[in-house]
Amino acid sequence: MNGRRIEEGVFQGLMIASTLIIFLTLGMIIATVVAEGLPALSLQMITQTPQGGYYLGKEGGVLNAILGSLFLAGGASLLALVMSLPVVLYLNVYSHPRSPLSRFTRFSLDVLWGVPSIVYGAFGFTLMIALGLKASLLAGILTVALLVLPIMCRAMDEVMRMSPPELAEASYSLGATRLETALHILSRQCLPGIVTAVLLAFGRGIGDAASVILTAGFTDALPTSLLRPAATLPLAVFFQLGTPIPEVRERAYASALILTLLILLISLLSRLLARKFTRHVVR
Amino acid sequence: MDFKTHISVRDLSVSYGTAVALKNITVEIPEKKITAIIGPSGCGKSTLLKSFNRMIDLAEGARVSGAIVVDGENIFDPGVEVTAIRKKMGLLSQRPFVLPMSIYDNVAYGPRIHGTGSRKVLDPLVERYLREADLWEEVKDRLSQPASRLSVGQQQRLCLARGLAVEPEIILGDEPTSALDPKSSRKIEQRFLELKDDYTIVIVTHILRQAKRLADYVVFLYLGELIEAGPAQEIFRNPQKEMTREYIGGTIS
Repeated sequence: MNGRRIEEGVFQGLMIASTLIIFLTLGMIIATVVAEGLPALSLQMITQTPQGGYYLGKEGGVLNAILGSLFLAGGASLLALVMSLPVVLYLNVYSHPRSPLSRFTRFSLDVLWGVPSIVYGAFGFTLMIALGLKASLLAGILTVALLVLPIMCRAMDEVMRMSPPELAEASYSLGATRLETALHILSRQCLPGIVTAVLLAFGRGIGDAASVILTAGFTDALPTSLLRPAATLPLAVFFQLGTPIPEVRERAYASALILTLLILLISLLSRLLARKFTRHVVR
Repeated sequence: MDFKTHISVRDLSVSYGTAVALKNITVEIPEKKITAIIGPSGCGKSTLLKSFNRMIDLAEGARVSGAIVVDGENIFDPGVEVTAIRKKMGLLSQRPFVLPMSIYDNVAYGPRIHGTGSRKVLDPLVERYLREADLWEEVKDRLSQPASRLSVGQQQRLCLARGLAVEPEIILGDEPTSALDPKSSRKIEQRFLELKDDYTIVIVTHILRQAKRLADYVVFLYLGELIEAGPAQEIFRNPQKEMTREYIGGTIS
């Protein structure tokens, strides 16, 4: 009897410890970025582009990278949404859930999810050359869209699989076609999940450095054209951190802080939006 | 009992994989009457009902042979538009499933997909069918609220209104009161009794007393076979088959 009590105690302790590690990691990451970056964070950082000699500690900011990242992740998420919605609607409305095709589709998506982002970067690079593109915002968007596509698909798929089949049946019994059922019923029922999936993908896309280093390139100019290179925050962090000048390294942390805040904001926004869209959801 | 046939089932067999759910069913369902399909669970009642509006198509591995003729047309003919078949029949399921939208939009959903878009046409339509389902008074001030906030009993009546709004000829009920409290059940039953002047109603029920209260015509199934079908009075007072007598008497269930 006593042995089992000890066992229970030990494992509960382990569970609590593991959970604490999660909080601690999150807390320490935020603390580090804030402590190192906050002193260098100024209005100038978020309103100006790098001026001459910025990487030597002179005037300027990372507005180029902030806008570049937002455009890139936004464009990629939008593109990925347009590609993944048909996939998940096909999987959940048209194909049979246990058919070989849907199993293979889900398996492929899981494999794609696991592919490292540098591989996407390399693939995007060859794709870019094949399409005759130069390192540009467009090439970056295409690559990141591919990177976040499996995440978005699987996140939406999981939500749609939870939708009760009777709901679709109710729609069919009124004489609705599969397309009408997919667009009016399933999409609406799963709207909170779709919003979450898009923002999840956005968060993943905005934070990735490896996939954009070869495809989007980097520039000190603001992103004004799809066919020009675009700066991104992860790369801005990377370049600034690599200099020996302390002021510049501080700004790297400030840039990381900006990126973290953006992602935090998106997470909060996704929670808020998801809650707002649950209004009509049927349980 | 004289009647006009509305749904004519001819030698219908349905199997799921190797399991046979219905064996050579031949039966006539009368027009503008309430027909109750009774029998113990697993006897094929729901399968028969699902065959009427071809929801059986969605069941995994279901194979159908035979014919169901509605308005002179075999609904299993390859050339038949399945959405048109389903539009002809409103369905009430065991548990109400409202659509993820407002009360108003739930009723308007059917008319909208069938081509009625304007608010001017929809407004009176929504009111009319909510009244027919005896729900209007309870929801008229909150039509834009999510339908999922209604009580289960109200949701089932909303499902009825939603089904009526596509102007069906036939109402199918698959144990439509089984998830409801007695008071809500009573309301649904009451609606059926009033609606049978205009609609052919077919309900599946395992509650014998409900069948006695509602049915004009009874179809008794047992293990996938049709044992007996006929006017309710005759089936309940003077069943011809031993099996029916035992089921109604409560010896088998």
